[in-house]
Amino acid sequence: MTDHAMEAVRYADGSLSFPGHPIGPDGSEPVGTVDLSEHTATVVTWTTATATPPGVEAPNHLAIVQFEVDGEPVRAIGQLTTGDVTIGDEVRPVYAEQLRDPEAGIREPASQSWDGFRFEPV
Amino acid sequence: MREVAVVGASMTPFGRREGEWIRSLLAEAGAACLDDAGVGGHELEHLYVSNMASGEFEGQTGVMNALAQDLGALPAYTQRVDQTSASGGAGIYAAWQSVASGASDLTMLVGGEKMTHRSTGEATDVIASLTHPEEYKHGVTLPSFAGLTARLYLEQYDAPRESLARVAVKNHRNGVDNPNAQFRKEIDVETALESPVVADPLRLYDFCPITDGSAALMFCPVEVADSYDGAYTTVAGVAGATDTHVVHDRADPTTMGAVVDSGAAAYEMAGYGPEDVDVAELHDMFTILEFLQCEGLGFHDEGRAWEAAMEGRTARDGELPVNTSGGLKSKGHPLGASGVAQAVEVHEQLTGGAGPRQVESEVGLCCNVGGFGNCVVTTLMEAGA
Repeated sequence: MTDHAMEAVRYADGSLSFPGHPIGPDGSEPVGTVDLSEHTATVVTWTTATATPPGVEAPNHLAIVQFEVDGEPVRAIGQLTTGDVTIGDEVRPVYAEQLRDPEAGIREPASQSWDGFRFEPV
Repeated sequence: MREVAVVGASMTPFGRREGEWIRSLLAEAGAACLDDAGVGGHELEHLYVSNMASGEFEGQTGVMNALAQDLGALPAYTQRVDQTSASGGAGIYAAWQSVASGASDLTMLVGGEKMTHRSTGEATDVIASLTHPEEYKHGVTLPSFAGLTARLYLEQYDAPRESLARVAVKNHRNGVDNPNAQFRKEIDVETALESPVVADPLRLYDFCPITDGSAALMFCPVEVADSYDGAYTTVAGVAGATDTHVVHDRADPTTMGAVVDSGAAAYEMAGYGPEDVDVAELHDMFTILEFLQCEGLGFHDEGRAWEAAMEGRTARDGELPVNTSGGLKSKGHPLGASGVAQAVEVHEQLTGGAGPRQVESEVGLCCNVGGFGNCVVTTLMEAGA
């Protein structure tokens, strides 16, 4: 258990979503949350971006990963701690206080959070 | 609903337009479209402007009102249409609705964007502002979505990396014959394959450039189309659809649901299927997108579009020419203009005005993609009677 959670939403129909939405698939409403940081995930695909936007270190290794929580799949996207991965690798979420410089890009810094989880090969 | 005709089409040169800003670019294409249709600005009843981000790029908003005065179109109803990179296609949908519904008898659509005064990083960030906060904070950009998807596609379908380079080579070849294209230079497969990595496995020549430019179309009811100058085309079908804002939520990242859904609805409205399309303008912001749209629109089976690229079946002399204009890849991608310019190319093809790019065609299709398939508008056009 960490001090920070990677919170996915569970809807009434049992499906999960990361991030969550006020209304889920088929009109289901959120009924609970799951902390994905307690689980490992599988790399669905990945890339290394060399041309990064303001406030993002280059190269930026990124992946779409899939968690399985009690048999229910849920996907997330995020930075990788390394570009040395392949599709199908197992990764775990690792907390980072700041993923991107909030002051450098076009988005209003106060409009969103800037911490989160990178994915590290297990 | 009334049937809708396109009786005028124009576009500015695309590229780096030093000294031109969003207002002058829109006015340039708008005035040329008025001239092409043989009408005065004062005759317009509705005027739509497709534009994603003039406020963010230039600090200029209210561009639709400004354009109306610049073209002498007062007191026409004006509206700006923002559907990110699909703003042009969404503008076609809005213009079609205005005429089909009877709300307007003469509607002009002008799409445009001014981008090149910004650095590549800044422009990429403006475009990436459409992403979800959970994506944005990780530095996810549209090019990185393309890299993620291309890697999965190549592995899933055992496609050679060269097949993506073939898309770039084809579209650059087509752009040579388009006087308005940003790049009028042929490239070879080796050049594409050896260019710098941008989002692995994609390289520089897999990406469209940053572009200034504008394009315009004039719409009226079919029954009065003959009263305007020149040959006309008709909007046989047009439909839009939306996919997940959060791209990773899609079950299969190599399937663009909004392409499939908007295409199916446009086909149904037109009474045509993929086998009826003679020429297509697809949103090749990245080479991989041409494969995903060819498959989503039913031109090729899932996972097989790469074979068509390798065999030249989407070339100008192939069974289905794709992006005869040079596509976004070679012609350029001024965000709000791109969907309009796609229809300008199809209009020119269907009216026999495409010059050295001309292919034999009666039915054409445009697919304009916003975000990474977040929103899509598909339009089917056919030659007028």
